Amino acid sequence: MAGSSKRRWTAAARKSERGTEESPLVKWTLIGIALAFCAVFLFLPLTNVFYQALNRGWSHYWGALSSPDSIAAIRLTFLVALITVPLNVVFGVTAAWAITKFEFKGKTLLTTLIDLPFSVSPVVAGLVFIVLFGLQGYLGTWLDDRDIQIIFAVPGIVIATVFVTLPFVARELIPLMQAQGSDQEQAALTLGANGWQTFWHVTLPNIKWALLFGIILCNSRAMGEFGAVSVVSGHITGRTDTLPLRVEKLYNEYQGTAAFAVASLLALLALLTLVLKTFLELKQEREREAAQEAPAERQHFPAPDA
Amino acid sequence: MSIELRNITKRFGDVVAVDQVSFTVADGGLFGLLGPSGGGKTTVLRMIAGLEMPTDGDLFIRGKRVNDLTVQERNIGFVFQGYALFKTMSVFDNIGFGLKIKKWLQADIRNRVEELMKLFGLSGLEKRFPHQLSGGQRQRVAIARSLAPKPTVLLLDEPFGAVDAKIRQELREWLVRLHDELNVTTVFVTHDQEEAMEVCSRIVIFSRGRLEQMGTPQMIYEQPQNEFVARFIGVMNVLELKVHGGVARSHELTFPAHGTSEGKILRVGFRPYAVEISGNPGEFRYRAEIKHIYFLGVNLRVELETPRGLVIRARISKEEFSRQNVGEGDQVSFQIRNYRVLAREGETLQPETATVYSSPDFDAGI
Repeated sequence: MAGSSKRRWTAAARKSERGTEESPLVKWTLIGIALAFCAVFLFLPLTNVFYQALNRGWSHYWGALSSPDSIAAIRLTFLVALITVPLNVVFGVTAAWAITKFEFKGKTLLTTLIDLPFSVSPVVAGLVFIVLFGLQGYLGTWLDDRDIQIIFAVPGIVIATVFVTLPFVARELIPLMQAQGSDQEQAALTLGANGWQTFWHVTLPNIKWALLFGIILCNSRAMGEFGAVSVVSGHITGRTDTLPLRVEKLYNEYQGTAAFAVASLLALLALLTLVLKTFLELKQEREREAAQEAPAERQHFPAPDA
Repeated sequence: MSIELRNITKRFGDVVAVDQVSFTVADGGLFGLLGPSGGGKTTVLRMIAGLEMPTDGDLFIRGKRVNDLTVQERNIGFVFQGYALFKTMSVFDNIGFGLKIKKWLQADIRNRVEELMKLFGLSGLEKRFPHQLSGGQRQRVAIARSLAPKPTVLLLDEPFGAVDAKIRQELREWLVRLHDELNVTTVFVTHDQEEAMEVCSRIVIFSRGRLEQMGTPQMIYEQPQNEFVARFIGVMNVLELKVHGGVARSHELTFPAHGTSEGKILRVGFRPYAVEISGNPGEFRYRAEIKHIYFLGVNLRVELETPRGLVIRARISKEEFSRQNVGEGDQVSFQIRNYRVLAREGETLQPETATVYSSPDFDAGI
């Protein structure tokens, strides 16, 4: 396609011809330092996780993963993610829509509040819910009277995870939707579409990659969250242990290999997330560039390969 | 009457964007809303569409009051300034969107879209996406999309704003032809007076939320109702003269001012066309030096400066210019054939006054 080859020309080719380029020595020193850092602090530990996990062979690895408590932890982690991510999608899209398409009082406050979970320590987040729903908390007795258990049970873990992952989807969507404006939505309205049709046919296709990106980040955090979940879960083996909690518990019980085996699952999840993230970023960038490659009048400025 | 506005007012908070505007658009007309940016013309267009609700007043489309109708119920076609094409949809899906929403049959959609694509010279581009189109093609897709559901009126917001000058000209001509063919009542917004003059059968001029004048391009050019219109449509030399003994004077120039009291300021305006230049310094009443000559094609713009430093803009044809055989720095004489006493903004203007004689070929255009 004309577009892609044009991009290669402009971006890659031009850069290396710049007169302001640093000397090769500086360039390679900087690259070397960055790579060394990555090797020592990222690559080495990550490889070590897999090395330790497989240290005593595949059967031991498999045994550690297939123990009933580990399986329970895996199931709980997926359950939490399965509830949290959709909730976040609904909240994220709603909040982004409200912030970018409407004018209302308290808009800035809402935007700031969305970022709150990023600035609050997860432990504090967990404690907030203990204070709220715990037996000594404000709602604790009322809930206890009705036999509803939130703290030290699955609902508490879900609530804490929702709190921690709240910003992910909204933060991905808001800048994109702001940049897109509401012209296309208005055009759909003038063509007879109602609100829902406009969202489904126009808005959603426009934000789908950013939304997916947010979902992946949200999911990876939901599965990997430790701090907040650790406070509210109560660490009941086989019932309220998620994968990260399980790793910690195994490690504390001197079952190093088992701990690393479970940890390797989380590491795999991280790697998968990374791959998907890179793919989506590429996809988003392509779309953005395609959109910006805008009013070029092809008659006057033919693409280099045309 | 296709569209009628009665005392339409729109306020955004304390700002009055549109102030008591009334006008009617005849069936099948090609109407231009013209004015400087911030004049309220786009707001008027968006109110007709139903994208903004008027604060006050009544709006009728085909005799039906539509104030309370939503944008979907008004059956209008709207072309946005940046076209607002659905960038995730192909050209075909863009044009067919309104039909799909209105639940047309698949085959009918296909026929209608193909018919429009042929009419708009877009055949073969069905599968393209908006980013793969040129500016002109995008605009045609946007207009085709808005026309597909057969709207009663077509509204365009600065339709030629986003394309370059050459394509602009083609699109203008094309829009006029299209309008002749389809005969849809069309209203469009522009800030370019030349564009409005060329394209529209009628022009409505706005400034600061008020309707200044409405009429055919010729009417507006020849009989501007107030100073704003006179100055907005075409170029005008404006002088402020002090009245002394029945004569208004500024630098060398004098104008009769009978009936104006002593010491008052009289404002006078005249078109560059009304300035007649002669290479013979003795022929006309005033003398001046040619400071600059700008070639504009068929016409030339000449900047004159009188010995006392008054700068006057004149416009003469190429033939006239070569007949006079003058150049920059030459001494010439000039006279002002017609001028107009300007009232203050918003007030009605008096008709033009001829000084020496009125040239019969003065109405040639802008």
